[in-house]
Order: sequence, then C-alpha cells, then structure tokens
Amino acid sequence: MRVLMFGWEFPPVVSGGLGTACYGITKALTGLGNPVLFVMPRIELSRPFPLLTMISASDVLADTSERKVRVSQDSLLPPSLISPIILRPYLQLRTSGEGRPGPSDWPAESYLAAGEGYGIDLFAEVLRYGEAGGLIAVRENFDVIHGHDWMTVPACLAARQESGKPFILHIHSLEFDRSGERINERIYDLERFGMEAANRIIAVSNYTKAMIVRRYGIDPGKIFVVHNALNHREAGEAYRTRKDGDDKVVLFMGRITFQKGPDYFIAAAARVLKEMPEVTFIMAGSGDMMPPMVERVAELKIGRRFRFTGFLQGSQVEEALAKADLYVMPSVSEPFGLAPLEAMMYDVPVIISRQSGVSEVLKHALKVDFWDVDELANKMIAVLKYPPLVGELVEGAREELKKLRWEKAALQILEVYNSDPKSEMISRRRGRGDAGVLFIRRGADDDDNEDSALI
Amino acid sequence: MPAICLYFQVHQPCRLKRYTAFDIGRDHDYENGGENLRLLEKVAERCYLPANALLSKLIHKHEGRFRLAFSLSGVLLDQLQLYRPDVLESFRLLAETGCVEFLNETYYHSLSFLFSRDEFRAQVSSHRRKIKELFGQDGKTFRFTELIYSNDLAREAAALGYDVILAEGAAALLGDRSPNRVYRASEGDGGGQIKLLLRNYRLSDDVSFRFSSRDWSEYPLTAEKYAHWIHKERPLNNALFCHSGLDKPAPEGRKPGESSNSLKILDSGFRRNDGREAEMELFKGLKENDAAKVINLFMDYETFGEHQWADTGIFHFLEELPKEILKHRDFLFATPAEIARSFEPVDCIDAPDLSSWADTERDLTAWLGNAMQRDAAGTLYGLETEVKARKNKALLENWRKLQTSDHFYYMCTKWFADGDVHKYFNPYPSPYDAYINYMNILDDLSRQVKKEKRS
Repeated sequence: MRVLMFGWEFPPVVSGGLGTACYGITKALTGLGNPVLFVMPRIELSRPFPLLTMISASDVLADTSERKVRVSQDSLLPPSLISPIILRPYLQLRTSGEGRPGPSDWPAESYLAAGEGYGIDLFAEVLRYGEAGGLIAVRENFDVIHGHDWMTVPACLAARQESGKPFILHIHSLEFDRSGERINERIYDLERFGMEAANRIIAVSNYTKAMIVRRYGIDPGKIFVVHNALNHREAGEAYRTRKDGDDKVVLFMGRITFQKGPDYFIAAAARVLKEMPEVTFIMAGSGDMMPPMVERVAELKIGRRFRFTGFLQGSQVEEALAKADLYVMPSVSEPFGLAPLEAMMYDVPVIISRQSGVSEVLKHALKVDFWDVDELANKMIAVLKYPPLVGELVEGAREELKKLRWEKAALQILEVYNSDPKSEMISRRRGRGDAGVLFIRRGADDDDNEDSALI
Repeated sequence: MPAICLYFQVHQPCRLKRYTAFDIGRDHDYENGGENLRLLEKVAERCYLPANALLSKLIHKHEGRFRLAFSLSGVLLDQLQLYRPDVLESFRLLAETGCVEFLNETYYHSLSFLFSRDEFRAQVSSHRRKIKELFGQDGKTFRFTELIYSNDLAREAAALGYDVILAEGAAALLGDRSPNRVYRASEGDGGGQIKLLLRNYRLSDDVSFRFSSRDWSEYPLTAEKYAHWIHKERPLNNALFCHSGLDKPAPEGRKPGESSNSLKILDSGFRRNDGREAEMELFKGLKENDAAKVINLFMDYETFGEHQWADTGIFHFLEELPKEILKHRDFLFATPAEIARSFEPVDCIDAPDLSSWADTERDLTAWLGNAMQRDAAGTLYGLETEVKARKNKALLENWRKLQTSDHFYYMCTKWFADGDVHKYFNPYPSPYDAYINYMNILDDLSRQVKKEKRS
C-alpha cells in the first residue's frame, strides 16, 4: 500500500500530540513495507526513515511550472469556506517566546499549533496547502490518501479529485475539544465538511468517535477507532533519576488552555495542601490561560508550594518527569492524550481524566472525572501517602506500555484502507506524469533516528 | 452407596461507602448502607426467598431423602436480622426440617487465620454461638473463608472440636487421587483426627459457572443429564478412580428399594438426639463400604437466581435434581457432618501450603496477591492489639467488619486478565480505587484508636 499522507507537523517540530502521532504512524506503516509520501506545509528538518518521503507543500507551490496545473478549490469546497477570512476576536497570534524549536524563518503563526492561538492567516494557509495537495496528487503514484485533522481537508479533497483514490480522514482533535462551547465555526464547518466527504474516518478513541457522531452528525458506520500508541525508546529505563529531597512533587505538563483543565489542577492542589502542606505543585507549559491561573494560585494563597515553569523542552522535560512523584492530566476533553504515556515511561504514576481517549487504553492509571475536584485531590493524596499504590501502578504500567505499539495501530489503519469499498467511485481521474523529478523532495533513505524526536 | 454432599455458601459483605482523604477524622461511618440494603433486597428476592421455598418443598416431597448444608456468614446474618427477618425465618424453617446442616465459619468472612490465631478463634466461636442461637445446631463442620485450607488450619479446626472440614479438590492436595472420597487431614498435633471433604470442582462449576453458558458443549444442562454424570461419573473422573484403584461400582441388577428401606425414618432430624439413632440406621449401608463415594458439590447459594438468573432455568434444574439423582437407588444425599460420622477416610491429605477455591490458581492471590492487598491486610491486623486494648465495642466491631475478605478481593489486579468474575462482584471502578478507599477508612480507624488512647 502506497500512502499519500497530509500532515501538519512532524518531529522534532511539534506543538502537541499530532506530530508525535504522525511520527509513530508513518514509522510503523513504512516498517510494515508501505511507502508513505508525507506532505507538510513546509519542511525544515526532516529525519525520515526508509520508505518515508517528505514533501514540502510550499516548495511545490513555489515552483512556477507546477502552478500551471493548479486545481481550483472552488469545485471542492463550499463558498463559505473559501471566502475571505473573517477573524474572530479571540483568534490571536501565538505569543512569541512560546519556545517552540525551529528555524527563525519558520512561519510558526500559520503552521504550528493549529489547535491553539490560531494564526492570523491560518485559513489562507490551509487553502494554499490544499492547492499543493492537488498538484502533488497529479505527480505522485499512490493507493490511498490519508489526512490528519481539519487543516488537511482541502488538500485531501484536491488529491482525491485528481487521483480518484479513497480519502481517509484521521481525527486527532476536534474544535469542540480545543475550545469547548466557544467554537470557531469556520473550523467546525471545515471539520464537518471533511468528515462528510471522507470515505472513511479514523478516530483516535471511542471518546472522539462519540463526539464526531454527536456533534457533527456523522454516520458511525464509517468511523473506525484506532488508538494511538507510544514511541518506545531503545534506551530502556535509564532515565529514572532519584529525587533529591523528601518533598513530594505533583506535575501538570501541557498547554495551559481551557482544554487541559489547569484550573481543576489548581483547585485540587489547594485541597491537597490543606492535608499535606509540604507538597510541591508544578505547572509546566504555557498558553492563554496562564495569566488567570497565576492569579488563581495567588488568590488561593498557595503560591508558596506552586511553581510555573513556562514551556519546557528537551532535557527540561525529562528532568521534570524524573523528579515528579505524580503526573496529572485533568483534561476537560482529550481526544487521546499521549503525555501520560510519556510520564509512565519515567515510572511516574498518573492520574488522568475519564474525558480522555487514553483512559480507554490504560488500566494502570488512576481515573477521575475532570470536574470532580474532591476525587482528584483524594487520589493525589493517596498516591503521595500510600507507597504500595505507587508500586502497583508503576509495575502494571510497565507491562501495559509494552503492549501499546504503533505496529498494532498501523495494522488497524491498513485494515481501514482495505475496507473502503467506495474507493473507485470517486471523481474523475486524470493522467499522471511519471516524471516526479519536478518536485523538490527532501530526505530520502537516511537511517532512522527516533531518539531526538520524542519530546 | 455413594452420597451427594450439597453445600451452599451464603454471604453478602458490608460494602464500604466512598470515603475520601477529606473524610478522615471527620466521618466514622464507613458503610454504604443504602447500597448494601439495595443489594440485600435484590438477592433476597431473586435468590434466597425463592430458593429457600423450593428447597423446603423438595425436602418435604422427598421425605427427608434430600439433605443439604448451608454456611451463612455472620455478616450476612446480621444484615438479615436487621433488614430481612423474613429471609432469616425461611432459613430457620429449613433448619426445622432436620435435613439441613448449618456449618461454622469465621463470623466476618475473614482471612483472620492467616494473621491472628486469637482473632480467628474469637470469630469462629462467635459464629458458632450465633448458629446455635438461630438454628439450634452445635457446629460439627468447619469451613474457612473461600475454602482456604492447609494442614495448620485443619489442626486448628480439630482443636476447636470440629469433626470435619471442607476444602477445594485442588490438584495440589489430591495429586492423582479422586475428590470423591472422604479423607483425613495430615497427621501431627492431632490434625489427623479431622476428616476432610473436597469439592468436586468440575461438577460444582458445571452448575455455578457453566450452567447458562451457550459456548459450553454441554449446554443446555438438564437435571437428568447432570444426574447421569453423577451416576456414571464423567470420563475424566473415571480415569482418576481407575488410577487410585478405589472405584468399586455398585453391583448391577439390584432390586429397587433393596438398599433404601432405611430411608423412611427421616421425619426425625439429625440435630435431635433421638434422631441420631435413626440417622445411624440410615447410613448403615455406608459403613459396609468404607471406600464409598462422596460427591461434594459446593457452590455459592447466589448461583440460584443471582449469578444464574431465573430465566436460565436454574430453579427448574434444582427442582428436578433430587428426583433425578435419587432415581438411582444407590445414591443418597447427606450433609458433611453425617458423612463424617458414617464414612471412614481412605487416605490422608497433606497440605503444607494454603489453597482456596478461587480462580484458576486456587491459591490466595485473589486476596493477598499484590502489594496493595498485603499492605491493607497488614495495616489492618497491625491494629489488633491496640483496638482490643481500647475495650470499645463499636471500634472493635468496625475493625472486625473491615476484615471481610471481599474488601481485599476488590483490590485484586488479576482481574485485568482473570476476567469477568472479579469484575462482576466489584463495586469499584478499579482495584486502585478499592485500595485508596479502604486505606482512607483504615487511616480514620487508626486515628480513632489513637484518640481513644489519649482520653
């Protein structure tokens, strides 16, 4: 199976779980002998593995010879989705200094972090990316189109228009996860349009599948659940460093946004500190809810035991996890949630919200409803107070992590590819030039190196 | 003259309520009264009342030839006395027939023997008193929680004056011997005095687990078929008998009624002194053949109507069973104490290690298999000396109720693999929740103990 895949980010440049998941999926698919053409809006650093070819959409568009055959989006998207962008007041530029790694000319506002702080011209970028999708489809040879999240919908539709190949839309996160009830309606519309148009949908959890059905009215019969997995490190268990002091550390790590439930973490922390005054709480990350969260901590007068570290990267992440006695993910709505798996790799017990996809695959984790602050605090105290609980959780987690393999997910994805009966009915088919040399490709058959790509 | 020994375990734990870290020191009421009552009502209506009515009918119909034994935990008896005296009365009426033996166990359905001999003896003695008071029977037969058994336990039971003890017919005890014989416990310190009846787990589980399983090749199980197995022995059992050389099939062609003349006198009960003579008469036939068979069918009483719902036909099965078994004139029903009085043991069973009737392992890992369970039990029994020194009845009662083995069963992590049985009985979403809740309660109890000390 030769896959034309449209993504938005790829390690080492990632803003969240999407890039990490794309890495795991492509690595496993290629590992099973399926070549993948991975299209990104733009490519700076690439470390592909055998059979993975990286294609830069911006390079394709920059090539004037290609632009001659550009595909009109008009026939593919409803007018409301093509019209000039109307910015909503809450659409802001990403604040600089968010600390995402990447070259200085990286258009971070537009390409990164599609799920947060939407860039000022994000939609325009999505449509331009869509144009490139059609151009690439003309030139490339593939069996299936696989797009990740709403940003790739125009590109996937254009590619299907050109090739007649089936379009599988992989949903890693939805507008309702990211924004609660205050959704960006254009994004919602594009999500729904894409899911309606797709031949099949892959959802990262049953939780997400249910939301797709409930919020978008999509036929559940075409939605397949494929849970995410973990990028296993070769290094083994070398990273558990011992902590210095006796004081217990509870860690929240992730974007400080509505979706991640930082306010519930703080409320629970205040409850815990009444019973166990010497616990330290760390909130690592940044996001639009950070200022009110700092204020909330001050109001509750728990600043003495509370630390905001800002965005952590690389070795800082490892250090934070190694020092933590407990990792908490109190997300309000989490389609999957890879971060707790990372924490578990460091032998850190985790508490996760039941409103997450990852809670469907984890048994050796403590689970709470995100709104149940008392129960969250109760479980935090239990982990800090009862060592045998930690022992059992960690031991169980080690076994559990071994079973969360991307190879398994890739096999399920291949089943979804093969299950599509509508593949040949779609749209007209155009002649394809075999002279792929016009494309500018980066990367080829470098040795794979996953170690640097994880955090 | 093979005997069928039917014994039903009747137990309902006092489940604990949700108890968080914030209740410690503030709330000393640990039980989920509403839920316990709801479940008691449910099991009374589905199982205890209809099954007791049916058994009563069968006992009268078969004029005493149908006999059986119950073991009711003290925890259940207390609940029945408080909330369902009508159910208790129906058990009492069964006792009146003289055909039902009531066994002794630890009052709180506990694991006390494993942690404190003093506590164990105290609980056995209070259960013995309770049974005597309610049913007028002085206990002759002992069974420990979940059929836990070992040489030490047998010695202890012998020292407490019991004639017979029940255990699982586990391979670890039997080797290649048949469970369908009377054995005696291992010699040493008077252990050899006590007789031992071993559960035939294949035939018992055919009813309690497999009865309604449509995946089972023998589905549907009729009383006729089951009685046929008992009469003929199933192939696997036959192989065992041949090996042990003990099988002496009843001679064919005996005239009907020849061996059962003595069975008419059963309006007298074995608990009445004047009934003893009649009973001896009844089992005269047995004594003639020391190696006579005993088929021990031990199961939870809740099998009838609760684990196997009424619509599976389980009550019809029970109704037909005595008739079908007694069709063969050589077969009779007898209670453990009756068998102990009439049968000589064929061999001695050495059980240096503990066994039980739980799961496939038939060991203690369902209650004490992981660090949380061992910590919880260790902490609980660690309080014994202090609790007893306080001379506070309510405190002691609370401590004892926390000994009920179900609390530890809920913390079992095996059920992730071992399957539905554990899950079905578990009121907690995970074993971790069970442990946290229990430890919070134990923390409160231990603080109360300390507080008492000061005052």
